[in-house]
Amino acid sequence: MKKLLTLVILFTSTIASAGTLVINSNQSGEDAKAAFDQYVADFSAAHPEVTVVVNEFEHEAYKVAIRNFLTSEVPDVAIWFAGNRMKYFVDQGLFADVSDVWSEYGLNDSMASSKGSLTVDGKQYGVPWGYYQWGMYYRKDIFDELGINTPRDFDELKWVCAMLKKNNYAPIAIGTKFLWTAAGWFDYLNLRINGYQFHMDLTAGKVSYEDPRLDDVFDKWAELVNGGCFLEDHASYSWQDAQSTMINGESAMYLLGNFITGNFKAAEMLDKVDYFQFPKIYDGVGMAEDAPTDTMHIPAGAKNIEDAKKFLGFMSNPEAASKWAKSRSFLSPNANAEPPSDRFQKMGFKVLNEASGIAQFFDRDANPDMAKTAMEGFQEFMVKPDREAKIRARLERERERIHGSL
Amino acid sequence: MSFWERNQLKLAPFIFLTPAVSLFLLFVIYPIIDSIWVSFHDWSGVARYALNEDGTYKNFKWVGLKNYIDLFTYDDEFYVSLLNNLKWFVFSLLAIPLGLLLALFLNQNIFGMRYIKSFFYFPFVINAVVIGVIFSWFYNPKYGSLAYLLNIFGLDPIPVLSDEVLATYGIIAASFFPGIAYTMILYITGLTSVSKEMVEAGRIDGASGLTMLWHIIIPQLRPATLIAVVVTIVGALRSFDLIAVMTLGGPWGSTKVLAYKMYEEALFNFRMGYGAAIAVILFLLMSIYIAWFLYRLFKQEKGEK
Repeated sequence: MKKLLTLVILFTSTIASAGTLVINSNQSGEDAKAAFDQYVADFSAAHPEVTVVVNEFEHEAYKVAIRNFLTSEVPDVAIWFAGNRMKYFVDQGLFADVSDVWSEYGLNDSMASSKGSLTVDGKQYGVPWGYYQWGMYYRKDIFDELGINTPRDFDELKWVCAMLKKNNYAPIAIGTKFLWTAAGWFDYLNLRINGYQFHMDLTAGKVSYEDPRLDDVFDKWAELVNGGCFLEDHASYSWQDAQSTMINGESAMYLLGNFITGNFKAAEMLDKVDYFQFPKIYDGVGMAEDAPTDTMHIPAGAKNIEDAKKFLGFMSNPEAASKWAKSRSFLSPNANAEPPSDRFQKMGFKVLNEASGIAQFFDRDANPDMAKTAMEGFQEFMVKPDREAKIRARLERERERIHGSL
Repeated sequence: MSFWERNQLKLAPFIFLTPAVSLFLLFVIYPIIDSIWVSFHDWSGVARYALNEDGTYKNFKWVGLKNYIDLFTYDDEFYVSLLNNLKWFVFSLLAIPLGLLLALFLNQNIFGMRYIKSFFYFPFVINAVVIGVIFSWFYNPKYGSLAYLLNIFGLDPIPVLSDEVLATYGIIAASFFPGIAYTMILYITGLTSVSKEMVEAGRIDGASGLTMLWHIIIPQLRPATLIAVVVTIVGALRSFDLIAVMTLGGPWGSTKVLAYKMYEEALFNFRMGYGAAIAVILFLLMSIYIAWFLYRLFKQEKGEK
């Protein structure tokens, strides 16, 4: 039904005449839609001469639809993701260069921290609207009851797992049915063990998946798997299914993005939950973080480029920018935006400001086909760690097919 | 007599056929030919006709048989999918005897039997997506009713959908739910046309129970069986919706079938050419089956004459 709806919207969207600004949005769901509508309302108040038409798509369906509408019914603004996801369309010539928006609206200063993830060959191809931290969300009440402190390094993490397990908790919740949650674990282990640059080289296809430096990553991961740290049968569950085990008090920790706090809030248990940064593993390796950035772009075939640039430039308005980000539990990339007041957003803000490097996330940093094969491999590894060699050989073969032999 | 009046009888059929034939050419034949053409190219599915400065296509590059070579030599998942298609092919057929069993059971003149029949037919009316969701809940190893049932017997829950061996069978079992209902309705209608005289004659000759079923009833149900087999097998070959809902091809790709792999490669991995190559393979497999089926059908009809 939703697909049909988006189709109808897609066709009716072409009726909008010149002078109006057509925006294709993936901000579906009650909160997201309200947050985006607010931003549009603020924009319309500042620019009453522009008529804004928003075509809303369901978040997952949007990922498929965008490839069609970028070449057929081109909107003036499209919401998307930074990093490789953006670069993919830039390489195909489907996103317009918006470097002038960055200079004209002073984004080079106010959004300096996100600039890199929106830059290809020295030019900017989009404007970020929000990003969020990843990290370990945990049941503080369970930790307190058992007298456990949050782990500061890998050995402590293992010890915490053992303690929780001894007390019949599933130490770490995870649902890998949709694969990407497993990639979070790979990202963090690799970032903590081999550092930011190695991780980015790997996701860019410049390092072999059979590289000996990855041995330690898979060894440490296998220690957690074999130690029974993860929720059993996790391949059966979506991330939301796994989350319900944490809400029910069966599991105690969850490595996930800050969007999970919205669900804790809905379950009225925010006071029982807290956040800690993924612990260090080796001294001397910088604490890099995953912080996916969501963005806005102007498609190359947009009709109303002038107003589209106004819309992107409106992100320089600190009030409108912070309102949108905050109501999504995101952080605003605008340095002038009001600092976050929410406990989790504050912690994320601090962690990301101190981070030695910011990765987008495995499936946003790597090529889409590489990401798919790799994440299936990660899921398999988290169930059958003894197949490590076979899995890594498969990943390397796919890397070689896409990026060529090293 | 004008040209029209003279040739009216000859021309009329062609005129009547034109709309249907042109639609068929446009929406069936053209996509097939185009898919075959695309399968010889490297294309991401974006901006097919965008040109380079030298007039060559920018995103649509001829690679010859590379997609097929990759498929057969490089991609383990292709063989997993092919094998899964085979499993679907073989095990889906179980729906047919089960449907027959149910039809025989329901083929009684008891008060209210019609309503009971319609209840049994109900699963076929439900959308496959809904069936997929219901069965995922059923199989859920933590909160599902299967885990609950096993628990009653003191057994540990079986994570059917995250077990690489069981998952495909788990989905096929879900497909029985509408499949059995469909074959059942075919057999129920078939049973109404079973000749009473023959049954009587059989009874006089001392046939009863299984002998009666095997030698008298089933031969007369042959048209129903034929349709049941065809529909079930075609359904099995293009099975997709239940997989997409229940496992997304997982765990780690072990429940993928060709149709699902095609969808994933073409639309999610941005490999339209590669996806088209899978589509062509699937098309050939189906064509072989349909050709064999038509051949048998013709032979049989000739025999009956």
